[in-house]
Amino acid sequence: MNLAEALEIVTRTDPGMVRSHNEDAVYGDAALGLAILADGMGGYNAGEVASGMATTLLANNFSGIVPTCVPQALDVNGQSIAHLHMADQIGAANSAIYNAAQSQPQYAGMGTTLVFAWFYDNRLSLAHVGDSRLYRLRQGAFQQLTKDHSLLQEQLDSGMITAEEARFSQNKNLVTRALGVDPLVEADINDYDVLPGDIYLLCSDGLNDMVEDDEIGLTLQTLAANLGLAAEQLVQMANDNGGRDNVSVILVKVRGDYAAPRSWWQKLLAWLK
Amino acid sequence: MAKLILSMDGLVLKEIPLNKERITIGRKPHNDIQIDNLAISGEHAAIVTILNDSFLEDLNSTNGTLVNGQTIKKHFLRNNDVVELGKYKLKYMSDVAAGGAAPADFEKTMVLRPGAIRPQEPVRPVNDTHASMAASPSPSAAPPVAQKPAAAAASVPVGAIQLLNGANAGKELELTKTLTTLGKPGVQVAVIAKRPHGYFITHVEGAHFPVVNGETLDAQAHQLNDHDVIEIAGIKMEFFLKV
Repeated sequence: MNLAEALEIVTRTDPGMVRSHNEDAVYGDAALGLAILADGMGGYNAGEVASGMATTLLANNFSGIVPTCVPQALDVNGQSIAHLHMADQIGAANSAIYNAAQSQPQYAGMGTTLVFAWFYDNRLSLAHVGDSRLYRLRQGAFQQLTKDHSLLQEQLDSGMITAEEARFSQNKNLVTRALGVDPLVEADINDYDVLPGDIYLLCSDGLNDMVEDDEIGLTLQTLAANLGLAAEQLVQMANDNGGRDNVSVILVKVRGDYAAPRSWWQKLLAWLK
Repeated sequence: MAKLILSMDGLVLKEIPLNKERITIGRKPHNDIQIDNLAISGEHAAIVTILNDSFLEDLNSTNGTLVNGQTIKKHFLRNNDVVELGKYKLKYMSDVAAGGAAPADFEKTMVLRPGAIRPQEPVRPVNDTHASMAASPSPSAAPPVAQKPAAAAASVPVGAIQLLNGANAGKELELTKTLTTLGKPGVQVAVIAKRPHGYFITHVEGAHFPVVNGETLDAQAHQLNDHDVIEIAGIKMEFFLKV
């Protein structure tokens, strides 16, 4: 199965009930196996500029990279080609946003979170910066795969606050890493195996701050047959609960196997297709 | 900025802004909040504030520290928590409840960078009797807005459906979950979503769309009214609101 057949991707973004404009940006392309979500921040409309730059730059650069590279291969130093490309391009996007923020006074202080999923060869390489998340629903188990780069997560890790108390924290909105605020940024990049039937959710904090994880998982499970409706339902639930922030979701459903061709004749066959 | 309101026997003594990272409470004069009473230990408790969150810690005091009647060792303070040290009460008021900033402002995502939190000026000790009491807000100030609202609003009466034909005719199903699916997977499925302002039915999968009161729906969500008759995959059912 090629990627376009194996993956179903839907994107939804909504300003929410309080904000006048949407600082989130989303991008999804099943044929390339890419899903990118960014939640921008910064005064006036600079947040939109930062998140828009992140998704557009990554989408453009990867649409050139994906058809020409073998992401599952390793380079001479034993490093994953996919990880190298992701780290390179995230670094480039970071520099571009940082330089714009430094040179244009109206963009000063802008930045963005990023969650970036690349599907290839029955797996997923996942990069993230900040507090936008990726969750996975697999055989009824709903699990968060990213770990926020936020003050609250650091407090949870250090045992200063419990998960129960964290729900009431006033410090939810403070991220410790973002694209465009420093000359260099470190993204967390990890690989996960992917199984047919999995559903992946990329979301901005406008969803997970307003809707409990259990409810999100239940919605995905209930509406798995209609991905567009599931995405709309999630946005609607965030808005019904107050919608205090922009809400963005990308859903990726894995319909089948998408192993990369292995032998020379498989590659030839794939090439002939 | 969050603050504490110190009182004894219902009499407000002082309002203390939590304007530095660590504020100590005790009987000895070097504490930020000095309470000169023998029931209070020399170093009794401390409050650590990190941006908008405050944590209370008992410093192994002799008589202990209570929050809302419970003895605590370490506690994450929430709006309107009442801390008790001997006969003294400290009420914690978070900034959000005091209505300092518009909700949209402080919920904006911000980047936290090293050096962003600067040390602030020290608090005056508590035995300054000229403290202003007029500013203490009533306890019925706005509730904290940072917590997640309940998933479903209580104002909507509970809806239910009753099957009208088929093998299970007469059977009733209460719609208590946010989403309830109806129909046969792979054939025809619809979902009823419970929302703050009512119940909505939407088509999920299958070639046929649900029929409500004899009319076939489109892909849009449709609000259900009391006694609507729904038909999905050949099964008729009635939607009604429980009083």
